[in-house]
Amino acid sequence: MDKIWLIVQREYLTRVRKKSFLIMSLLAPLLLAGTTIGIAKLSGSSDTEVVAVRDESGQQVLANLAGNDDVRFVPAAGNSLAEATAAFKKAKPKQQALLYFPPTFSLDNSKGIQLLADGNVSLKRQNNIRKAVNKTVGELKMKRSGLNQTVIENLSANVELDAVDLSQVGGRKNSVGATTGAAYLLSILVYMFIFIYGVQVMRGVSEEKSSRIMEVMLSSVKPFQLMMGKILGIAAVVFTQFALWIALSWGLTTVAAPLLADSMKKSPPAAAAAGVQEAAKARETATYDATTATAPEAPATDAGPLDFLDGLPIGSIIGGFLFFFLGGYLLYSSMFAAIGAAVDDQTDAQQFMFPVTIPLILSYIVSINVIINGDPNGPLAFWLSMIPFTSPIAMVMRLPFGVPLWQLLLSAVLLVGGFIFTTWVASRIYRVGVLMYGKKVNYRELSRWMFYKG
Amino acid sequence: MQPILQAIDVHKAYAAHTALNGVSLDIPERSIFGLLGPNGAGKTSLIRIITQITAADSGEIRVRGEKLNPRHIGQIGYLPEERGLYKKMRVGEQLLYLAQLRGLSKADATQRIKSWLDRLELKPWVSKNVEDLSKGMQQKVQFIATVLHEPSIIILDEPFSGFDPINANLIKDEILALRERGATIIFSTHRMESVEELCDNIALINRAHKVLDGSVRDIKNTFKTQTYEVEGRGRLMVTHPDFEVLEHKERENGHFYDRIKLHAGTTPNDLLRYLIGTVEVHAFREQIPSINDIFIRRVQETMPESLLEEARS
Repeated sequence: MDKIWLIVQREYLTRVRKKSFLIMSLLAPLLLAGTTIGIAKLSGSSDTEVVAVRDESGQQVLANLAGNDDVRFVPAAGNSLAEATAAFKKAKPKQQALLYFPPTFSLDNSKGIQLLADGNVSLKRQNNIRKAVNKTVGELKMKRSGLNQTVIENLSANVELDAVDLSQVGGRKNSVGATTGAAYLLSILVYMFIFIYGVQVMRGVSEEKSSRIMEVMLSSVKPFQLMMGKILGIAAVVFTQFALWIALSWGLTTVAAPLLADSMKKSPPAAAAAGVQEAAKARETATYDATTATAPEAPATDAGPLDFLDGLPIGSIIGGFLFFFLGGYLLYSSMFAAIGAAVDDQTDAQQFMFPVTIPLILSYIVSINVIINGDPNGPLAFWLSMIPFTSPIAMVMRLPFGVPLWQLLLSAVLLVGGFIFTTWVASRIYRVGVLMYGKKVNYRELSRWMFYKG
Repeated sequence: MQPILQAIDVHKAYAAHTALNGVSLDIPERSIFGLLGPNGAGKTSLIRIITQITAADSGEIRVRGEKLNPRHIGQIGYLPEERGLYKKMRVGEQLLYLAQLRGLSKADATQRIKSWLDRLELKPWVSKNVEDLSKGMQQKVQFIATVLHEPSIIILDEPFSGFDPINANLIKDEILALRERGATIIFSTHRMESVEELCDNIALINRAHKVLDGSVRDIKNTFKTQTYEVEGRGRLMVTHPDFEVLEHKERENGHFYDRIKLHAGTTPNDLLRYLIGTVEVHAFREQIPSINDIFIRRVQETMPESLLEEARS
């Protein structure tokens, strides 16, 4: 046991002392923040869209077209479609599309409306515009049938949903944005880390093998100790990295919070002009706050930077994340270790990495479709979060939506069983592989190694 | 005296071939023992069993009469033929790590590392990464790692391969010094000249079988062929009932060189008496087979037998 401990120490210290570890630890939170802001900016260009409208129908559509938060309609310049098009092209950065109602258009024949723009118009935009036009045409029809404006307004419904999670104490309101965001973030972290550090395990083993130190080591320690020492040592590196990131993010947000409060009073662009780091952090929190703002419960007064986490089952998310990450890492990294041991150099590793990475990638992609875009508590989601090969990602993705305790426990037990199994298989392959040089291995060979004695 | 290491009827088979087939060895304490054999004979398999990297299928290894167990790891030092170091690790740390894995305390290890590095003139390199060292220096570090925990059994697999002559001599001296201090050294090699120079005892393994063992002197005596080398001047009779001339070389001014094999019942003195009567003798010595000759002879002799055996099984 104390030998494993020595090995863990070595693996840990040699990695933590590397410059690349320090750089990664410092840069990654900034990169992450940067990417988050970038994505938020890109998808958040859902600033109100300006659409020029050329109405030749004589149905007064333009006059009645009401914009909303997403679209604003302005009359197109010029006296013909051609002129309007030319004018739109000139005004392009300010106007995103040109909507054309042909002379043939009437309230009864609503065909032939054209949306002109450079390139394709995204489905979301099309939907926004269609909704607005639909509403206007509907209202015009109602008016024609003799209803007055007040009646129409009374008739139109404006429904909002407040989803309340009963499994939470007191039935807290949850915010879909925060839940989905957390689900994405946690699962991609698990996916990324299993992958990155699993490959590190593989590379470590194959470096040991190619530097020919294996036999020296194995005359002192058991192959299993050497393999587990490496896996656990690298796990310790990951957790150190997590801890650093959390501390760093916490520090940054704490520093950024007062600045943020100031910049919110002024205008958001002012924050952008402030120092790079603070600004980046402030904006990140700004996007978070925007999420909270949609949640009715968000207390506007003592708005701390992490308030967006309200309404999420934080305890089970953190506990579950750590457990399922560790479990998944142990499960996959032992297989990566076996690959590193089986091949002579890393280029040969590709063919064996395939069957290991496929379940990892698939469980991520399928989980997004099944859990986030589908039903987080449906049967498929349930099974994905039970199978040890997919559960580290699927279960972590389900966590923010709330998972019944018995499912968590069952999945945890299965995962433990799973990694004991893969570790056993891997150690069988490992102990033969590390001393095998100059032999091209295939799957049949590997399966034979599993039953070697001694 | 009880042998420090015994192998008793050790068998080991892999999927495709048998590596060891009933090998038994006794290795006396404080000796230098040569484990010889052609490539693929089973030497490394036997060593890996002794170092507990693998286990024997049947048979057992005893250290001072005690069955081999994990406690013996600290008493054995092993320098494998495939040897390496962690390239990105500092020399001092690397040695400390390997010594600790062998069960040495940190304080002890640190002190011994210091004195060894001093001895082998590696002190200035203690905090350099291994990859910055020359190959010869890396080999010295590997050697230190093998003996740092003061093992009573030191196993060296092809220790001189890749060493330059200066380092090879240095290591040779260290090996002899280690034996003086009470260690037993097992040499695995197919380079015979180092065997004759260093080994007290040898065992020859070929095709998974032990084909020969004993002290170097005894083995040489057994393999003597009653052949004598004679140099002198004059005319030697080519045929004689008591001996046979195997080789005859004429040299300038009536000088000659002959190899003469005695027939059974003839002593060297009989031959000498005859020679003195006929020629002027300049040199007379017994031709002693080199380990290399014995090795080749035994390997060739045992070949058909083991082939037959394989065919039978």
